Amino acid sequence: MDRQTPLYEYHADRGASFTGFGGWEMPVEFDSIQAEHQHVRETVGKFDVSHMGQIEVTGPDAATLLQRLTTNDVAALDPGEAQYAAITDEEGIMLEDTVVYRLPDGETYLFVPNAGNDTAMADRCQWVRSEFDLDAEVETTTTDWAMIAVQGPRAPAQFEAATGEEYTLDRFEIERATIASVECLVAATGYTGEDGFELLAPWAEASTVWRAFDVPPCGLGARDTLRLEMGLLLSGQDFDPDEQPRTPYEAGIGFVVDLDTAFIGRDALQAAREAGVEETLCGVELLDRGVLRHGHTVTAPDGEEIGHVTSGTMSPTLGVSIGLAYVASEYAEPDETVRVVVRDEPKNARIRATPFLNR
Amino acid sequence: MSFDIPAEFRYLDSHEWIDVTGDTARVGISDVAQDELGDVVFVELPAEGDQFDAGAEFAVVESIKAVSDVYTPVTGEVTAVNEALLDRPELINEEPYGDGWLVELELTDTDELDELLSPEAYAEKVES
Repeated sequence: MDRQTPLYEYHADRGASFTGFGGWEMPVEFDSIQAEHQHVRETVGKFDVSHMGQIEVTGPDAATLLQRLTTNDVAALDPGEAQYAAITDEEGIMLEDTVVYRLPDGETYLFVPNAGNDTAMADRCQWVRSEFDLDAEVETTTTDWAMIAVQGPRAPAQFEAATGEEYTLDRFEIERATIASVECLVAATGYTGEDGFELLAPWAEASTVWRAFDVPPCGLGARDTLRLEMGLLLSGQDFDPDEQPRTPYEAGIGFVVDLDTAFIGRDALQAAREAGVEETLCGVELLDRGVLRHGHTVTAPDGEEIGHVTSGTMSPTLGVSIGLAYVASEYAEPDETVRVVVRDEPKNARIRATPFLNR
Repeated sequence: MSFDIPAEFRYLDSHEWIDVTGDTARVGISDVAQDELGDVVFVELPAEGDQFDAGAEFAVVESIKAVSDVYTPVTGEVTAVNEALLDRPELINEEPYGDGWLVELELTDTDELDELLSPEAYAEKVES
């Protein structure tokens, strides 16, 4: 039985269709994925992302614990700052991607595992704590916090309307804010490429905060097309420790790996970086008619198999099909001509730099 | 949610409709099917002259979130395809029983029509 967010009844009353995702029953579409996508690109929309996990780490060694756990430099975070990071195993294989927040109090670190991964990541934190004998407390707060993303060029104006305060957050900053008398955390992060913020609201107050933003609700369908246009990774699909074991370098997020920090997987990743990658995740644009989908084979023009698609869709903004694919590195250059086999038929495609849109 | 199910057509469990005039027929997907799929973004159609047995896959309709095979309700030869869909696949959402039709077929065996669902039987399937 999938879990429900505190906004489930609101979505059902609003006519959402639902899908199972990471153990949660989530709205995939309200009226139209394309219309929802367009709201976010052109104006603003809101998403219920309460399925995302939350893990809070406190205590004298909280920063050290997260430094061991994640690939980025946690020590560089001032209070009220956040950073994108990977969590890797000893072999440098990505277990998770996440955002690590240092809360405004400076004492608490909070990170956001993907849906359904919070238990595994909390267990991993506990393991790191005992392995390195750290003085820290780890608490899973997934169902303490509802998470609402307000995204789009008009999101800052929505914040100002809801709080009466000026919106001063820069990207990857987090502060406290009061929305409709509810104390929230608001972070200038997101998964769409647009301006906007993500709110952490107390689980029981979620509907009050949700209703404070009179903007179109958007589902996971639009969330997926928006993130794909930006070339952002989807955990469990573009990387997965079992189905798609990849290093951050292969997955195209080497920029979150700081080899000067002491994280689990560091030595393996240093070796991987020196050796170079055989396959790289890159953008693909289909030139023929059709739609790229997870699992499609990528070939060279002569038919030799050189990779496969991990995510694909029809881009609502561009009107062409786009995707992400792991491709042999010698082909992973923008404008390289490749083919993608769709229902046994090779179709013309080209490699694209990501993001597909300039933002 | 109530769906449009025209009384003059017949249907398959898999949500195709067929509109028969003499020994030719138009085929498409139902209002239920288009609603389930959401925004249709791509359609793959057969060529004129292709032959299909009843129940065979003859087209593919893709929305952003799903890929759906379409099955022919009857045996026959394709005599026309709706080329307007190549540029405007959204016609399937807008008018599933009108401008969103997929193909026209020349029927081989009109007895096969007796195997198809009546509008009432299809409506019952949809409700259950």
